[in-house]
Amino acid sequence: MLRYLYADELHKFPKLAEGMFRDRADQFKTRLGWDVHVNEKGEERDQYDDLNPLYVIWEEPDGSHGGSMRILPTTGPVMVTDVFGHLTGGQPIRSPLIWEVTRFCLSRGASPHTAGAIMLSGGEVMEGFGLTHIAGVFDARMIRIYRLIGSSPIVLGSEGTGRDQISVGLWPYSAEDCNRVAERAGIPRELSRLWFRTAFGPTARHRFALSA
Amino acid sequence: MGTKFDLSRVLEDLENTSTLDELGAVAVGLRDKLKIDHIVYHWVDGGGDQYGCTTYPDAWVARYQERNYHRIDPVILGCFQRFQPVDWKALDWSGKVAKAFLKDALAHGVGNQGYSIPIRGPNGQFALFTVNHSCTDDAWQAFIGAYGRELILIAHYFNRKALEFERSRQPDSPRSLSPREIDAMTLLALGYSRAQVAHSLSISEHTLRVYIESARAKLGALNTTHAIAKALSRGLIVV
Repeated sequence: MLRYLYADELHKFPKLAEGMFRDRADQFKTRLGWDVHVNEKGEERDQYDDLNPLYVIWEEPDGSHGGSMRILPTTGPVMVTDVFGHLTGGQPIRSPLIWEVTRFCLSRGASPHTAGAIMLSGGEVMEGFGLTHIAGVFDARMIRIYRLIGSSPIVLGSEGTGRDQISVGLWPYSAEDCNRVAERAGIPRELSRLWFRTAFGPTARHRFALSA
Repeated sequence: MGTKFDLSRVLEDLENTSTLDELGAVAVGLRDKLKIDHIVYHWVDGGGDQYGCTTYPDAWVARYQERNYHRIDPVILGCFQRFQPVDWKALDWSGKVAKAFLKDALAHGVGNQGYSIPIRGPNGQFALFTVNHSCTDDAWQAFIGAYGRELILIAHYFNRKALEFERSRQPDSPRSLSPREIDAMTLLALGYSRAQVAHSLSISEHTLRVYIESARAKLGALNTTHAIAKALSRGLIVV
């Protein structure tokens, strides 16, 4: 199932949290060779993890971490402006209706539809909180995965080449994309919405009017 | 409750404010336009210091401050460190203290329905924008469904103005760079080596290091590349 947890709620799910930070170390340091810091417990954490971000975590049936991503609002400190601002055409991404997603991570043993399930959570977040876009930082390998999942970003800018290429992109909210991602992930929208409501309460369920 | 209202007009009114009192007047106008009971903009800083404007009755505001209610208010506790909008029904009102607080609030004219938008501003700033009313759950749901997104935008406009009025209240507001620091960072951003930058500015590499280090520290950056990225994204340098 999908869990939506703020950093200050992770202590209630120690196994899941530990798995997430270790799998991040495995993915970003070991497999991708990114210049990230791994602590003595084998966990990859950075300063954005200290800002009480919202994590979306795919929990495998045995309670372990299957995959995850990290969400922060672009009105506060975020990587897309602080670290990769030079890739967005000189205009910082800063809007109450755009949230940033980073550290999209999959465990080595993740079940096949994990990436799609996590992507679907992005759609639920946009729908549930009236966002217009999600902004993200991703490596070249992810572009193919996003296409397979059924939701490709608009790439704003990239640096580096080949495997080392890093890009900043935007996903506009689209009900169609949400449904397509859900279908490919094999998760009924009703179930996905139920997980969302479980986290944020029964009232966070309506799509805001699109008049704004 | 609710009516078709012109968002751009509200944002324009907000843009034209230059004092907290004027912000308060916009809040009153907006409340009347939306035909709801109350609007609150509330900026709480780390020291528990409070700033903002509200249409709540003065008696309730005074009582809230006198009792230090911000320490137990489920709305503050439930929204602090969060960034998604919260319907008051999703908060935990079950405790004895929370129940007593709610009873007191209702007795002072606070409505039974609320919707609060946490705002995460620069440098860890935290504020809340709340709409409040007395009505049924269904009517409230419909109201939030219709105006949720506009309210988020309005909330951030209130906060932007508050930040503008109260620059000194901002935690560690980012300092601007000196002309020499700007020159050094600009040339580095253009891809010049340190030696080339020092030569262009007719200074020693040692002096250049000082400028780079002070720029890095002011920007709160981890290294030179990070500092350049931050300076660019904040519009402090242009290349």
